[in-house]
Amino acid sequence: MADLQGLDVIRRSASTEIPPQIRETPQVAKLIDVTRCIGCKACQAACMEWNDLRPEVGTFQGSYDNPLDLGPAAWTLMRFTEWENPKGDLEWLIRKDGCMHCEDPGCLKACPSPGAIVQYANGIVDFVSENCIGCGYCIKGCPFNIPRLSQADQKVYKCTLCSDRVAVGQEPACAKACPTGAILFGTKSDMTDWAGERIEDLKSRGFENAGLYDPPGVGGTHVMYVLHHADQPSLYAGLPDKPHISRLVQAWKGMMKPFALGGMALVALAGFVHWITVGPNEVQPEDEAEGRRTIDEK
Amino acid sequence: MRQPPGTVARYTTAARINHWITAGTLILLAVSGMALFHPALFFLSALFGGGADDRAIHPWFGVVLLLSFSLLFIRFARHNLWGRDDSHWMGALRRVLANDEEHAPEVGRYNGGQKLIFWLMTLLILVLFITGLVIWDTYFFGYTTIETKRVAQLAHSLAAVAIISVWIVHVYAALWVRGSVRGMTRGTVTAGWSWRHHRKWLRELASAPGEGAKRR
Repeated sequence: MADLQGLDVIRRSASTEIPPQIRETPQVAKLIDVTRCIGCKACQAACMEWNDLRPEVGTFQGSYDNPLDLGPAAWTLMRFTEWENPKGDLEWLIRKDGCMHCEDPGCLKACPSPGAIVQYANGIVDFVSENCIGCGYCIKGCPFNIPRLSQADQKVYKCTLCSDRVAVGQEPACAKACPTGAILFGTKSDMTDWAGERIEDLKSRGFENAGLYDPPGVGGTHVMYVLHHADQPSLYAGLPDKPHISRLVQAWKGMMKPFALGGMALVALAGFVHWITVGPNEVQPEDEAEGRRTIDEK
Repeated sequence: MRQPPGTVARYTTAARINHWITAGTLILLAVSGMALFHPALFFLSALFGGGADDRAIHPWFGVVLLLSFSLLFIRFARHNLWGRDDSHWMGALRRVLANDEEHAPEVGRYNGGQKLIFWLMTLLILVLFITGLVIWDTYFFGYTTIETKRVAQLAHSLAAVAIISVWIVHVYAALWVRGSVRGMTRGTVTAGWSWRHHRKWLRELASAPGEGAKRR
């Protein structure tokens, strides 16, 4: 693993090691202020540039979304929504989609490969590609539909929150490139405070439902949105209103694991107990005599 | 191959080969699958060349299993149809488990327990194959929604635990009832074994002209 020890790992997929705990690492967050976004896609370009990604050039499908969806080589994407508000006015809602870096990451919970998904002490959730086995379990674990399986190498990719940049004290490439200050990066508490000021301002300008999107269902996220309509996140190209790790995934990765192993062990144990209490069912000489008589009668 | 005196032919060579391909594939599937199910068992993936190779080969084992078991099904299904006798035999299961078969109803080619295992295997392999296709993301990712895949994933792992449990019962029963394994390795069982465990079947063989007991 390309671990230069710039960031401590606090969670590691399919592992039980105790994480290092002596350093006090501040929690980081990226704040995406949807209300200041102009949809220029500089963040997409910066992401491709920094991460050396070149998604396949597609064809025009009548949408501003370009590419049309996130992909193994498109880790962030501006999603454009035209919404007619109750007053009858058109609102152009533009949301920069990408990994939300959940505090309780469903992808990491679902991953079966030790160390293929890690969470750093600063909160960033990262995929370690060399440990990725391409099973796609993280895709099922994610409440936001973010990870994408590559057909090129059968590995799954998503936004790293530029963990390599953050490890050396830089902000993510998208935040660096944003011309309007709609993408900010800092400690989570600073970002929350700044969002509070923005929300107050928005409220004073008539957006009474303005608010911060930091969904508690996944323990909060390290990518947060300022939304003008925080009461209806799904307006923004289907941002989940109340995201949580699917109960199916929780059952499969929680209760089921010990019960399944225990259950199979019990069946085997039952066999062993039967063997030592009742014992084998052996053919007796009388059986052989009767059996032979039967076939000889023929 | 010469059939030893005092024995009865139970499985043809083709049936035995068919059975052992199925058995081998099922074991490979269980091992490569458990590696992906529980982190404590991930080390098993090393047997298949590491996590990625394990993930890649597991579904192909599944394809082989389905084909092989389908042949086995065609071979054995008609012998496994459930009858009233089987229900009576199941009623006497307690005695059978205590090695007291004399007081249980006489059994044909297969007893109720064997038939139950046959049908459970059939059902579980079908469930595993269908749910397996849904989560075979390499080729079939685009055909179902993520929510469908979540259901399939859970069902696949539950069915896997069930079939491994059924398999343990199957193997234990073969070891517990002495003399059974040779039926599937050498193809023959002793007349005494047949008299003790499958009396009705032995009588049918003995009364069928030119067939059965002395057949090679």
